[in-house]
Amino acid sequence: MSIEVRDIHKRFGNHQALAGVSLKVETGSLVALLGPSGSGKTSLLRIIAGLERPDAGQVLFAGEDATRQDARHRRVGFVFQHYALFRHMNVFENVAFGLRVRGRATRPSEQDIQGRVRELLELVQLGWMADRYPSQLSGGQRQRVALARALAVEPRVLLLDEPFGALDARVRRQLRAWLRGLHDKIGLTSVFVTHDQEEALSLAHRVAVLNDGRIEQEGTPDDIARRPATPFVADFLQAEPVAICHAAQ
Amino acid sequence: MRPLLRRESVLPGFSLSLGVTSAFLGLLVLLPLAALAVKAASLGPAAFWATVTDARALAAYRLSFGASLAAAALNGLFGLLVAWVLVRYPFPGKRLVDALVDLPFALPTAVAGITLTTLYGPNGWIGRHLEPLGLKVAFTELGITVALTFIGLPFVVRTLQPVIEEMGTDAEEAAASLGAGRVQALWRVVLPTLLPAWLTGVTLALSRALGEYGSVVFIAGNMPMQTEIAPLLIMTRLEQYDYAGATAIALVMLFASLLLLLAIGTLQAWSVRRSLGEAAS
Amino acid sequence: MSAIVAARRAQPLTRAALSASEDSRPVRLALTAAALGFLGLFLFLPLVAVFTEALSKGGEAWVAAVSEPEARAALWLTLKVAALSVPLVTVFGVAAAWLIARFDFRGRRLLLALIDLPFAVSPVIAGLVFVLLFGRQGLFGPALAEHGVKVIFAVPGIVLATLFVTLPFVARELIPLLEAEGRDEEEAARTLGASGFQMFWRVTLPNIRFGLLYGVILANARAMGEFGAVSVVSGHIRGLTNTLPLHVEILYNEYRFQAAFAVASLLAFLAIGTLVAKALLERRIGGSR
Repeated sequence: MSIEVRDIHKRFGNHQALAGVSLKVETGSLVALLGPSGSGKTSLLRIIAGLERPDAGQVLFAGEDATRQDARHRRVGFVFQHYALFRHMNVFENVAFGLRVRGRATRPSEQDIQGRVRELLELVQLGWMADRYPSQLSGGQRQRVALARALAVEPRVLLLDEPFGALDARVRRQLRAWLRGLHDKIGLTSVFVTHDQEEALSLAHRVAVLNDGRIEQEGTPDDIARRPATPFVADFLQAEPVAICHAAQ
Repeated sequence: MRPLLRRESVLPGFSLSLGVTSAFLGLLVLLPLAALAVKAASLGPAAFWATVTDARALAAYRLSFGASLAAAALNGLFGLLVAWVLVRYPFPGKRLVDALVDLPFALPTAVAGITLTTLYGPNGWIGRHLEPLGLKVAFTELGITVALTFIGLPFVVRTLQPVIEEMGTDAEEAAASLGAGRVQALWRVVLPTLLPAWLTGVTLALSRALGEYGSVVFIAGNMPMQTEIAPLLIMTRLEQYDYAGATAIALVMLFASLLLLLAIGTLQAWSVRRSLGEAAS
Repeated sequence: MSAIVAARRAQPLTRAALSASEDSRPVRLALTAAALGFLGLFLFLPLVAVFTEALSKGGEAWVAAVSEPEARAALWLTLKVAALSVPLVTVFGVAAAWLIARFDFRGRRLLLALIDLPFAVSPVIAGLVFVLLFGRQGLFGPALAEHGVKVIFAVPGIVLATLFVTLPFVARELIPLLEAEGRDEEEAARTLGASGFQMFWRVTLPNIRFGLLYGVILANARAMGEFGAVSVVSGHIRGLTNTLPLHVEILYNEYRFQAAFAVASLLAFLAIGTLVAKALLERRIGGSR
């Protein structure tokens, strides 16, 4: 399903987090929101999820206005930066949560829930971890549980906030390749936030570079790397020249 | 236009929790305190002034503030000592001692009152040894101070403990590496770091002591002009059905409490600013 | 400059085995002894004294004192008042903590100050204000008298005064806890389709349950032990409006010291139970953070 945001404004106290952001995400694509901290990228992601309300502007899912829609009815899968796993539930119950809280009419049977959760845990390669609690998992494992939990509700789009931010370099690379593979497999429209240009350029189909609440440039990784549209983009990418070479290859 | 109070949030329950909170606070705190103001106003300024400044009332304030300050100072000293020892030095039975510190919070004040009176009375375990020295505790200002020290003790210890824990030993080690002696390190590095929390704890103890009733009435002696604390004077006026008189004195004490509450808020803000500043640097 | 160098060089000699933040053994022992001595004299001795005095005439006298009808009535009333006030204070505490910790709105700081206010007000004043409202000469006194409702010198007044003094306990425990927990898990529950009630029941409550219990236990200890505020509104009617602490006072003032301490020992048990529960819960709360 496609996502579109139109002229979004958001202010927190005296800080203008977003100042007129518009962006289109095509069905099935994987888009990165790239920018330094404080650039508004996480605010934009949270507004798409319905976790924040914009002061002005619109959010459209598949062309339909969802701006005023409650987060719980948007059917977005949101993976939090620090995973936000429910600490008092084991892995299985975390993943099953979204199914268990459904109304009687749409709630799957216990058997279906069991089947669906097992399937998802296999997908994220954690079938054997079902009885563990979040505190007993490594960072990479938590990340995958968070992903399975988000996918359990059959979301229309997947939103990830700094999905690899809290992981060490080796796990990050592994998980990145795995996530790209997963996306290719299930083809779910996905948006992720990152401050790491290498991550954005190597993983996403399209990248939007944010600065100071505005989108500086939006395009394919190739466009962004070869033809930075503004001095900021050029400057921001230059911070790590290796990344550009890698992406340009 | 947005509603006056609301900031939009994805989390539910704003109206419900605001409604419940306001209803409780309105009915149980604001309305009753408003009644205090209304009653005091009915007295008229001249009578009000005469009531709150008559000799017996002045003596009661003097005693209440004096004994509360003395108790807060004692707690400041011993509270710092206890908190330091509990955080820094290992000794057997530490967890038990740590739990015991909260006893004055948990023990009903009337029980504390009769027990302290018995202990410090002329025949009590402690009083009996002080009597020959010419030291009378029960039924004197000294006894009042003892009771107020008892109930105020946890405040200083409990506000200092986390700060001493959080402080760690880095700054002291830095001071030592720069050539400071142990006493210098404590005086110039440790104490200034603890100051905001220490003052907060002392002010909390003072605030509690000023209003305290249960643990004091038994040991105080309750002689007008001599050992009658302000809360007791309010009680006495009430028992004489002098509601206006009781209200006037209550208003003075309430005002003092509010000032202390304000001081505590300011001290806590200072304390937080300081620890945030340190975390950032 | 040279002085500093000299001092630095001198240090390993004078403080050989100690790290820079350690105090020497005699200092440690002296300070520990002073602290323990103070605590022993001020806290432990009174606790021992309560039980010694309570049993000074033997176990039978203790049993007789706590089982006489007036003591039983006082115990019953104390339990009743706590059973009425603690659940209300809990509801208030949860609502207030949710409001303060999860929303940012105009008047938030004022509300926070109001929540704290009962801690700063003298218990005597806490009782007085309800006499001014509901007493015979009070604002609503005549209206209540007309309908035959008795608040002051009756159980409702005792409950009101108890509510006032215990109001902040649960809220005060939960506010920092909720703030430290953050809102991520609750937001996650929302994006997964949970209703407000489901989110609170399945995510928020399990995360704060030990802190909540802790606050409830503290509020309960205060509710059962409150003396000043209840003393003002109760009227000390034996067998009717006497709570345990008031009963202790009456016995003491009648020079029935042993009986007074026997009843007081019940309250001291409550205090010890509270301290034990507090110590146990503090570990659990610390562990879950």
